[in-house]
Amino acid sequence: MASDIIVNGLISGSIYALLAIGFSLIFGVARIVNIAHTAFYMVAAYAIHFALHNLGVPYLLAMPLAIVLVVGLGLACYRLFIDPIREHEAAVLIATIALAMVFQEVTLMLFKGHYRGTPPLLEGFLTVAGVKVAYQQLLSFVVVLLVLGLVWLFLGHTRLGLAIRTTAQDREVANLMGMDVARIAMLTMAISVGMAGVAGAVVVPLFVLDPFMWLAPLIMIMAVVVLGGLGSIKGSFLGAYILGFAESLVVFLLPMGSFLKGSVALSVMIVVLLIRPEGLFGIAFEEER
Amino acid sequence: MRRGVFLAAAAWVWVLVSMAGSGWGADEIKVGVVGPMAFTQGEGHWNGATMAAEEINAKGGVQVGKKKLPIKLVKVDSNEFLNVTDATNAMERAITYDKVDFLMGGFRTEAVLAMQDIAMEYKKIFLGCGAAHPELCARVAKDYEKYKYWFRVTPINSTFLVKVDFLLLEMVAKKMATELGISKPKVAIVAEKAVWADPIVNIAQENLPKMGMEIAGVWRPSPVATDVSAELSAVQSAGAHIIFTSFSSSVGIPFAKQWGELQVPAAAVGINVEAQKDGFWAATGGKGNYTLTMNTYARVKMTDSTIPFFDKYKERFKEAPNYTAGTYDALHILVQAIERAGTLDSAKVVQELEKTQYMGGAGKIVFSKDHDVTWGPGFVTAIGTQWQDGQNLCVWPDGWQGIKYEGCVDYKIPPWVRAHYKK
Repeated sequence: MASDIIVNGLISGSIYALLAIGFSLIFGVARIVNIAHTAFYMVAAYAIHFALHNLGVPYLLAMPLAIVLVVGLGLACYRLFIDPIREHEAAVLIATIALAMVFQEVTLMLFKGHYRGTPPLLEGFLTVAGVKVAYQQLLSFVVVLLVLGLVWLFLGHTRLGLAIRTTAQDREVANLMGMDVARIAMLTMAISVGMAGVAGAVVVPLFVLDPFMWLAPLIMIMAVVVLGGLGSIKGSFLGAYILGFAESLVVFLLPMGSFLKGSVALSVMIVVLLIRPEGLFGIAFEEER
Repeated sequence: MRRGVFLAAAAWVWVLVSMAGSGWGADEIKVGVVGPMAFTQGEGHWNGATMAAEEINAKGGVQVGKKKLPIKLVKVDSNEFLNVTDATNAMERAITYDKVDFLMGGFRTEAVLAMQDIAMEYKKIFLGCGAAHPELCARVAKDYEKYKYWFRVTPINSTFLVKVDFLLLEMVAKKMATELGISKPKVAIVAEKAVWADPIVNIAQENLPKMGMEIAGVWRPSPVATDVSAELSAVQSAGAHIIFTSFSSSVGIPFAKQWGELQVPAAAVGINVEAQKDGFWAATGGKGNYTLTMNTYARVKMTDSTIPFFDKYKERFKEAPNYTAGTYDALHILVQAIERAGTLDSAKVVQELEKTQYMGGAGKIVFSKDHDVTWGPGFVTAIGTQWQDGQNLCVWPDGWQGIKYEGCVDYKIPPWVRAHYKK
């Protein structure tokens, strides 16, 4: 049973990590709570599905095309709807909720409410420690780790990455040091939405597509980000796996309540916050004030 | 002069309002088709009714006394998947603004209960084609005068759905015993966490031991779960031979997809509403092969009308009908009742509807005293269909009560399950 919990927790945690880090990045840098983050993930998933099934584009081409499309869409939304009101955090929050709803309704209008799926890129499964893992799940896991590794390298070992981290730590000081904070915020938005696009591309063969698919992961990644500490990438990474394992534990230890896996994961978040209100790696609220 | 202009304008407004309310020309029968039109279920409602209306109108319409009136369908988008309030608003609008004469459709019980009340207040005949809850018809028994305008055409009510569910399970268990020598199979109950599935889980826990089966465990994933691989790992670890499913929502797709992908050595049988649809094969990428679900329509001879209806529907809409397409039968039943009554008067049409003996696509439709569709041999039985290499084929009834519909095939144990236990 332990191996079941570990393998399943690792896989679901990885998807959450990919989404949560993108969400956390844009919050850390620009203080934008982008509720539409998982809506971009949905758009990427639908774009791939459409390219595969309606245009006959091969999978490996459809994936980067969808990610580029989503990044473009993200940047357009940023320039048109978020940037003009960026200084008003509550207004940004509401604007991104509206954006997410627009994406949902447009998807519903174009694709209707049918559940859709896409065949896996790799067929078959592997048995790891007695647990069956589909090759597609394994591939998704590897891609997620690869993307997370690249983001880590970019943020930690490039000048631009340094600028992003600096802005995340203190926008005003970064501004005083001559950094173009607005430009950095826009670039971060592109990276953040791009990560949502990658997550969408990765889950297309694993999950079911429907116009409401953005809601459940949104709740989870918000929990991940709060658990890890607002704006902390390291915290989001760890938080995603904690909640992934929490979900897995519920299914194995409480099968009659496996529908509670989301609620239990959120309860873990509440417990952590009671003990450590700033989250695992977040800045203490007092300090931030 | 001013007064004349005013009167002319007022008359023009009156004409416009009258036109908007009743439609241009009153010589037609307006039927409101109610359903969540952005979803498969609503499409089924609309498509079934459209096909029937076209047939009726092609023959000149409905004979009402001495007049022949054409059918005009009004699309009533209830959006009931997302919002029950939208459904009641849509119903009010259909009756008061579109001025429909009759109504049919509905899907979610909680929405249909609310819409039923509105239709009954206006004394409009409402033929249910989607919700299975017994309460909808129990209301007719409790307060006949108020609820007599309601009839359920499809599906059979949930009490009978449960019976068929267990008959399907029994068939698979027998097959496992005869072909694989598993005389006391372990059954994993996997049911989405929804109110309708709760009684099925309780009954299963109580009855499976009496049926000579062992319970391997009960799993209740969320109806909208996108990943059930953890549940499937747990089912396999529990040593289940059969998975008894109860899914009406999207979870039926990831379940079937991951079950086939991971080749979980347990046969899946029960209710999986998504597996009733043609899109299931594509949605699971073919991994849902060998999924067995209760169903309403398949290309088998349940009555003389089944295959012609099935083929015509498939040719017209490029997909097999789902159970909400029972609006096809509902409209024909309604038209026959109107013609017998010779009037559009609801109370008189109700009297004729109660006498219905109609050979529909899913069986012979006869209404019970509480206006529910009768279930059982000789009436509507429901069927079990199994996906076999891209086709959803009828595998049940396989001789139950002496019934085996022409065109039914044998149930197949999934090859990986067979290989696992043959070792």
